[in-house]
Amino acid sequence: MSLLVPFEYEFFRNGFIAAVVIGALCGFIGVYVVLRRMSYIGHGLSHAIFGGAVLSYVLNINFFIGGGLWALLAGVLIHWISHRRWVGADAAIGVVTTSSFALGVAIISTHRTFTRNIEAALFGNILGITGTDVWIVVLVSLIVSCALFLIRRPLLFATFDPEVASAYGVSTGKIDLLFIILLAATVLASTQILGVTLVAAAMIIPPVIARYLTQRFQTLLIVSPLLGAFCGGAGMFLSFSFDISSAATIVLTSAALFFLLELMLIARSAKITATHY
Amino acid sequence: MVNPHDHRPGDPHSLHPPGVEERSFTRLAGVALVELANVSNSYGATPALTNVSLKIWPGQFMAIVGPNGGGKTTLLRTILGMVSTTTGQVLLRGREAKRSALQRIGYVPQLETIDWNFPITVEEVISMGFFVKSRWFGGIGEKEKRKLQEIMKRLNLDGLGARHIRELSGGQQQAVFIGRALLGDPELILLDEPASGLDIRSRDDVIHFLHEINHEGVAIVLTAHDLNWVAAHLPWAVCLNHRLIAEGRPHEIFNADVLKEVYSGELVVMHQDGMVMIGERPHAPHN
Repeated sequence: MSLLVPFEYEFFRNGFIAAVVIGALCGFIGVYVVLRRMSYIGHGLSHAIFGGAVLSYVLNINFFIGGGLWALLAGVLIHWISHRRWVGADAAIGVVTTSSFALGVAIISTHRTFTRNIEAALFGNILGITGTDVWIVVLVSLIVSCALFLIRRPLLFATFDPEVASAYGVSTGKIDLLFIILLAATVLASTQILGVTLVAAAMIIPPVIARYLTQRFQTLLIVSPLLGAFCGGAGMFLSFSFDISSAATIVLTSAALFFLLELMLIARSAKITATHY
Repeated sequence: MVNPHDHRPGDPHSLHPPGVEERSFTRLAGVALVELANVSNSYGATPALTNVSLKIWPGQFMAIVGPNGGGKTTLLRTILGMVSTTTGQVLLRGREAKRSALQRIGYVPQLETIDWNFPITVEEVISMGFFVKSRWFGGIGEKEKRKLQEIMKRLNLDGLGARHIRELSGGQQQAVFIGRALLGDPELILLDEPASGLDIRSRDDVIHFLHEINHEGVAIVLTAHDLNWVAAHLPWAVCLNHRLIAEGRPHEIFNADVLKEVYSGELVVMHQDGMVMIGERPHAPHN
């Protein structure tokens, strides 16, 4: 099969662009998510958005508007609860996101008419993406990437050494809040493509692979989005070829890369050990 | 307690112990860089500092010694505004501490608090110091790059910019964080246990850097555990155990009575060739 055959279909073209762009964006913001040890938050926020998605459907509001406001509210709530220092960030994420998810489930149980849309929210519906959705995804990605680029220095300082950063005048509270808003926007844009259940993987696996390849932060910020974009594109091709769920294939592609690299590292260290003895 | 204002340059009773070149920080004095006036604070119900009054003068080189949990780090964090006071005041150049005034204070944290697995190079860490001057969106231009190279050269880090911070020796790691502090052109640098966990050679390198910086007029305040290291290299010490117990020249204030009050234990203090040496008294063997 020629590599160009799938591009004859509009649904594939839209899905491919969205998967590559979202892959890159998740890979980019994921670097900070992993280094700030917030891996759980991507998972949590996507579950929180599920509540917003269901509510938007019931109230007949555009998903991006309803879900976006919901994600923002969830993000701000997590930030607010965790910064009061009575409970840790992990507990705050747990409380806010599971309650939001439960709200979604509760609404579904009273409106049994939109099972298909809920399935799409849970597992993604990349092949149902329209041209407008692609533009929204590209726009959100551009805004989030530009914002991350602009605040890269205080964000790096606050990520590497938060206490000292505040002593040097970095407003760590503001930076954390801004970051969580950008993260909520990313999760929102990704949910339609990857689904609530798989968004976190796209934010975590590419930066983790990139960590094996470089020890330089600036390089990590380049390698991780490239890996994310590659997994998005390759996953779409494999999904088309083998007729498997696109979101799952994208995540499985990055997981395969991770395990391949892990095996190569194990083989290399075994070789070094054998040489020494 | 000895007052640094009482010191006269050339005084045979120098503020500096033998082997440490004498510099007069009093000539720069007028208004203290930092003044803690009857400062108290606590972590919940646990007291941290109790009624501490202390002045840090321009160009001063001072060590804060005391037991673990005695408030040394809290003192530094209080100056930086990271810990609030329950009573008393922190004045910077005679005025109530404001964030803008803190820009001229560099801070070097304990190396133990650093995440050594963080993917970051020497150059990337030192560059963080530029944040003090160009906030948020500013980039690093040619001028900044030249300054970065200059500082790396001074700290014997040239050629190591692309290395991961974990790949350096203990002394070089400490130099990286001193470099980050220097980049903001501070008039005071606070260092939290800069000698902790370092071998003798690395500690020597660190104190050498610090003396150089101090000679350029930068005041330095560090916390330390090794009293002999402090007595050998630093002209001024403060003994702290929640409250300020003594302040003065190490060879004057490091005596059995003061140290007993600070550490709640017996220490042996010996004077040899004008140097003071502190040792632990062995416990009586159990029968």
